[in-house]
Amino acid sequence: MTRTTPANDSAAEPTNRRALRSQARGEQSRLLALSLPAFILVGTLVLLPMGWLFWLSVYGSDGFTLENYTRLLHPAYKETLITTFELAFLVTGLCILLGYPLSYVASQLSPRWASLVMLCVLFPFWTSLLVRTYAWLVLLQRRGVINTWLMDMGLIDTPLKLVHNFTGTTIGMVHIMLPFLVLPLYASMKTIDFDLMKAASNLGASPTRAFWEIYVPLTLPGLGAGVILVFVLSLGFYVTPALLGGGRVMMWAMQIERSMAVYGDWGAASALGVVLLVMTLGILWLLGRLTGAFAGAGGR
Amino acid sequence: MVLKRRMIQATAIAALLSGGAAPVYAQDSLTVASWGGAYQEAQRKAWFDVVEEELGIKMIEDTTSGPADVRVQVASGSPTWDLVQQGNYSCAILEKEGNVEPLDPAILEIPGIPDSMKSDGWIGNLVYGAVLAYSDEAYPDEKPDSWDDFWDTEKFPGPRSMRRHPVYNLEAALLADGVPVEDLYPLDVDRAMKKLEEIKDDVAVWWSSGAQSAQVLQDGEVDMAMVWNGRAQSIADEGAPVSITFDQQIVLSDCWVVPKGAKNKDLAMKAIEIMSRPEVQARIALFINYGPANEDAFDTGVIPEDVAKGLPSHPDNAAKGFVLNSEYWADNLDKLVQDFDFFIQE
Repeated sequence: MTRTTPANDSAAEPTNRRALRSQARGEQSRLLALSLPAFILVGTLVLLPMGWLFWLSVYGSDGFTLENYTRLLHPAYKETLITTFELAFLVTGLCILLGYPLSYVASQLSPRWASLVMLCVLFPFWTSLLVRTYAWLVLLQRRGVINTWLMDMGLIDTPLKLVHNFTGTTIGMVHIMLPFLVLPLYASMKTIDFDLMKAASNLGASPTRAFWEIYVPLTLPGLGAGVILVFVLSLGFYVTPALLGGGRVMMWAMQIERSMAVYGDWGAASALGVVLLVMTLGILWLLGRLTGAFAGAGGR
Repeated sequence: MVLKRRMIQATAIAALLSGGAAPVYAQDSLTVASWGGAYQEAQRKAWFDVVEEELGIKMIEDTTSGPADVRVQVASGSPTWDLVQQGNYSCAILEKEGNVEPLDPAILEIPGIPDSMKSDGWIGNLVYGAVLAYSDEAYPDEKPDSWDDFWDTEKFPGPRSMRRHPVYNLEAALLADGVPVEDLYPLDVDRAMKKLEEIKDDVAVWWSSGAQSAQVLQDGEVDMAMVWNGRAQSIADEGAPVSITFDQQIVLSDCWVVPKGAKNKDLAMKAIEIMSRPEVQARIALFINYGPANEDAFDTGVIPEDVAKGLPSHPDNAAKGFVLNSEYWADNLDKLVQDFDFFIQE
């Protein structure tokens, strides 16, 4: 009845086009129906608790309060926050330094050797985090394997302090985080067409220049994905710093646990959670802007 | 509202049951929560089996990780646990918060358990000591035997380990600083912290679990540590060159509480009464390196003399140390834990 404008005059359209369109619509609604459970899951299991978390952090027994946030101005919290980000950045940086060459070599090897290398990367991935952490303790401690070797070889007189401090925590975390960087990076390196490098040489670029200007930018989406994974996971680390930090390395996640388990203070714990979430999102956004990798990684 | 109604129902049922001829035997199970592991296995063999036998009931076991569990259960309105093991100041804290049932007066009248190990709402059952443990390899000649020695890094060089927690550390620091035992409480926190500052750099590991404290001693990661005696004893028994001294030991007792509103409250009281008797108390020492809270247990002849000598609550050893003031810690724990956290991180 209202079909007076030509644009809405579906009768003018060819039949197959109409059919295609209704098919597309059907498909869209089916997809929506299929993803509905996931939406509900995310909504109830992520968004709802997060809203509740935020609510807890600002609403105490006496009504609205910022007490949970002002408490965080204490130097000890600042110290924890610095330690947390310091570790996360350091671990991410070391993972790039170790993971990039490793992924590169693996991507250049024949399939058989490549799968062997990847197996070595993945193997620790399948071992319990706790076991790997304790293994580092055995290697790094005062009378551990490494110190014993170094002393037997006469390289050092007194044992190095490799564990129960920041150093030990970093070593343990890099080991655990490395696969998270290598896997996406390797995947993106495998898809790079090497003819592009040849073309670059053909046009007069030195191998170094071709690498930096052609190869590296092409790996950025994979690298970005890996960096984000490693960085975000590192921010929330708990077990490794607790076991290898000697009680000295206090991460934000440990502070959250203590707020709940020791002090029974859900408001303080929530505030800690909210602060970490906001800072993480902020840094991710910044990283995304700086490298463009976030968009690249997300766009695929 | 629902909670209230449920409580009324529960009370009504309880009243009905206790009105019966044999109230205690009307229910046939009791849920007990303790620390799990070897500790709880020892309690099972030493105590739970005896209770089951005598009352003709079944003791269902669960594990707890601290007072927060009890708070949550009581807040829920219907605790599933009838009897819970806690650390001594946790018992005092839970009592202050009103989360426990007052104990049957008959339990508190059982002779042999010192006043420092019981209150209206809790009673000690198992005694351990925070002791100085050291490596025999690191100190082959002169042995450390006081907290003063622990602090003396010139006479006894080598890395230390302490608990990542203020309890015992503040006491040890004050003793090392020359405060007599009888003047310890209330603790001079500033003085203690200052003393702790002196040794901070020599503490290689601030341990957070008993297992960790034993592991750093066993692996030689540290040469001296303040640990729970049972942990050091068990690695020494396994052959590690580690010794402990009971000199200036800080004695603590873990204790029973009955969560407020526990369904089988009466049965729980009955069980506590049985487990507090000297002859039952004594049995614990046969299964683990911890001592009975009831001093009379040492006169029952149940504990072999050589085992008794290694227990913190053996009269000879108990005389060398002092009992931790759980009331003090119940009042000050929260603040001091926070202060101590900040102290470590600075």
